[in-house]
Amino acid sequence: MSAKTFKKAFRRWLDGGRDLTENVMDGKRGHDLPRQDQRRLLHEAEDAALARMGRVVRSERRAFAAWYRVASVACCLVLMAVFLYMVAHITRYGAENPRAAEVAERYIERGLEETGAVNIVSGMILDYRAFDTLGESHVLFTALICVMVLLRRDRKNMRTAYEDYYRIREESYFPINHDPIARRVGGALVPCILMFGIYVLLNGQISPGGGFSGGAVLGAGLVIFASTRGDDAVDRFLTGKVFRRATFFALSFYSFAKGYVFFMGANGLENHIPKGTPGAILSGGLILPLDVAVGLVVACTMFGFYSLFRRGIIGGEDADGAAPQKRTEGEEP
Amino acid sequence: MGFIRNFPLFTIIFSLFSSVLCMMLTGRRAQRYTVCYECFLIALTGAVLWYVCKTGEAFTYVMGEFPAPWGNEIRAGVLEAMLALVFLIILLCSVLGGWRFLLIDVEHSKINLYFTLINLLTAALMSLVWTNDIFTGYVFLEILTLTSCGILIVREIGRTTLAAVRYMVLNLLGSGLFLLGVVLLYSLTGHLLMLPMRAAVSEIVAAPGGAVTVTFSLAILTIGLGIKSGLFPFHFWMPDTYGTATPTSAAILSALVSKAYIFLLFKIYWRVIGIEVFETLPIRRILFGLGILGMVFGSVSAIRADSIHKMVAFSSAAQIGYIYMGLGMGGPLGYVTAIFQILAHAVTKSLLFLTTPRLARVSGDSLLFQNLQGSGLRDKSAGIFFTLCAFSMVGIPVFAGFSAKLFFAVAAVETGDLGILFPTMLALAVSSVLNALYFIRTVIRIYTAGRGGADIYAPRIYAAEHNDDDTPDSFPETETLSGRLSYWIPALALTGMNLFLGLFSWVALDFIRRGLAMFA
Repeated sequence: MSAKTFKKAFRRWLDGGRDLTENVMDGKRGHDLPRQDQRRLLHEAEDAALARMGRVVRSERRAFAAWYRVASVACCLVLMAVFLYMVAHITRYGAENPRAAEVAERYIERGLEETGAVNIVSGMILDYRAFDTLGESHVLFTALICVMVLLRRDRKNMRTAYEDYYRIREESYFPINHDPIARRVGGALVPCILMFGIYVLLNGQISPGGGFSGGAVLGAGLVIFASTRGDDAVDRFLTGKVFRRATFFALSFYSFAKGYVFFMGANGLENHIPKGTPGAILSGGLILPLDVAVGLVVACTMFGFYSLFRRGIIGGEDADGAAPQKRTEGEEP
Repeated sequence: MGFIRNFPLFTIIFSLFSSVLCMMLTGRRAQRYTVCYECFLIALTGAVLWYVCKTGEAFTYVMGEFPAPWGNEIRAGVLEAMLALVFLIILLCSVLGGWRFLLIDVEHSKINLYFTLINLLTAALMSLVWTNDIFTGYVFLEILTLTSCGILIVREIGRTTLAAVRYMVLNLLGSGLFLLGVVLLYSLTGHLLMLPMRAAVSEIVAAPGGAVTVTFSLAILTIGLGIKSGLFPFHFWMPDTYGTATPTSAAILSALVSKAYIFLLFKIYWRVIGIEVFETLPIRRILFGLGILGMVFGSVSAIRADSIHKMVAFSSAAQIGYIYMGLGMGGPLGYVTAIFQILAHAVTKSLLFLTTPRLARVSGDSLLFQNLQGSGLRDKSAGIFFTLCAFSMVGIPVFAGFSAKLFFAVAAVETGDLGILFPTMLALAVSSVLNALYFIRTVIRIYTAGRGGADIYAPRIYAAEHNDDDTPDSFPETETLSGRLSYWIPALALTGMNLFLGLFSWVALDFIRRGLAMFA
């Protein structure tokens, strides 16, 4: 490049007129379009991108794909080798590695006495390491909020093709709640499932189960109920307000109850929460109420996912509180 | 006085509660509540910082009645308290400074959900800073990952969604690798709390063949957090992620989220592995090399960028490279400077992400360089703050960026290792020149008279299309007093912090030194 053309090119770059990324792989420029022009210029940009892609596909794309395949296989092989090596060199549990058993031993030997829970796992996650579980239940809540942000119907995501999408979906999908077999079976199963869920939830401290598993069963019961008896049947008792309040009270109870225990424990104070008789339903101190709170959150999250993915709303209410257009009630065949 | 020891717990529990509360509030109230709440948190962490400075030692706080190896623990020292304080101030500034754009970018019925996510993110940041338990670190790392995808996707534009999906896939890969690393370390040591882990690790390393297993688990963990924070070969998600997010999210993601990951890594090196052990491992050299490559290639990508957001995002990759270089350099000053660079970059980059959309706003909402011509003259305050940040990034004296570069050079000399000294000096020189090239070019551009290719008089198609008649354009042409304040206060605060770090850098260094002394 001669000095003059270089100077010219540099000048153009300085002025912002020269795009150094031209003819380079990552040439899609959708996001840097002016915000106000996005929709108007979308087609132009797409055409340009397609044309560029056409050029790219022939040469660079193919080279990239080949390189990518080789690299991914190499990465996997290296990782496999590392893990195999690790597995071969990690000492086994038990006698060979007494250090690793130190913590678990105490959980098993003194768990019942210290937490009041026959189910050591519950005692561990809700008492010894309750802070992690507090975080974990908020992970679910975070996921629920993220899905709400993405899928809950609003002007932005209903404005375009999605509007038709939801309408067509609601009209054309085979409405399972009109199927007499599904209705009857659902009607027979759902009470049992819900009962079982409540049982698992309340017995977390004395038998395998607890908030996470019980809540998942409850949520599944609700999902089956909604899909066999129709969304309107659920909307009758689980409105958006109820849903929000249940989540709010469950999570804030959890935070404050555990915060109280942490506070008292750290300051060496007695927390006045009775441990109860081990093996009875009222045992394990806070474990039972916490299990109920976690169960509510898990059930709400599961049903919320179902409802948001299916309808884009929870509990028959739009964000603004307005009820969406009701589907016309189908007649039973 | 001893009551202050409870404050770290409060910052976490109250943030979790605030997040649920914001779900129940309306958007505007959620914003007001969050701003007040952040101020309250700043007071709490300020008190913690004052307390640990006064007592001169860090304290651990047992979460519940079960002590160290059995129950969870958090810990507060000067370093943790200082980082928490700076993070919270930057968070508050980002929330205030990006509010006007948030109204445009986020659907009104979802603004309360946005603040729910912000509060969850606060809880996660606080927990990652305070935690003394590697698994707690993982749990809150998950929350941080999910919330950062949430605050990215909230704009609900095609490209943002795409960027968020890419960001999430890479982040989940990072989380998965981190979890594998934690699992491997757990099965080696049998502990999850940091102090017992370190005792076990030093025993294992002393045994024959033990160093290799520790190195492998640490490497997996480092790669995981490296992907999440944008270490050199994994930095390609940055321009899309930062460039398409709403300004508040971009500032938070670049200034805080990636820094929190790096601080967690730092914590693991110091408190789980032990810095003496870490210095003997080869990982250190690799990090040093990757950091230097990141500095150079991040800057090269930034030069090639055609829009201002891409450029700022790629410069983040370069700045993250500095931090990793400091981590890998070793020597007492190397680590101190790495922490200093975390602060300096967080302060500068958040303000950059808050000012660039304002420059674009007066250029017909375009971020392309050719359209930005003269934007600094049209929006004078944005131009000035952008220029100040650019100076800091380039490394002009009196700004934080200069001090960081100076200390890196001094730290390299102090190590007395020619293999570190020469690459560091060379990388600092090259990277500074490259930084100057693209930042000064942008400053020239925005102060060149004229209006380039921008159609600044075009009707606001975006606003017209996106709002119904009942909701007026959310970004009025003449700003109200509260609107102006909500930009000026954070901008001035961030610039003030930047100048403080530049002019009184020894104060910050002294704090970091004291923090590191009680960190091990």
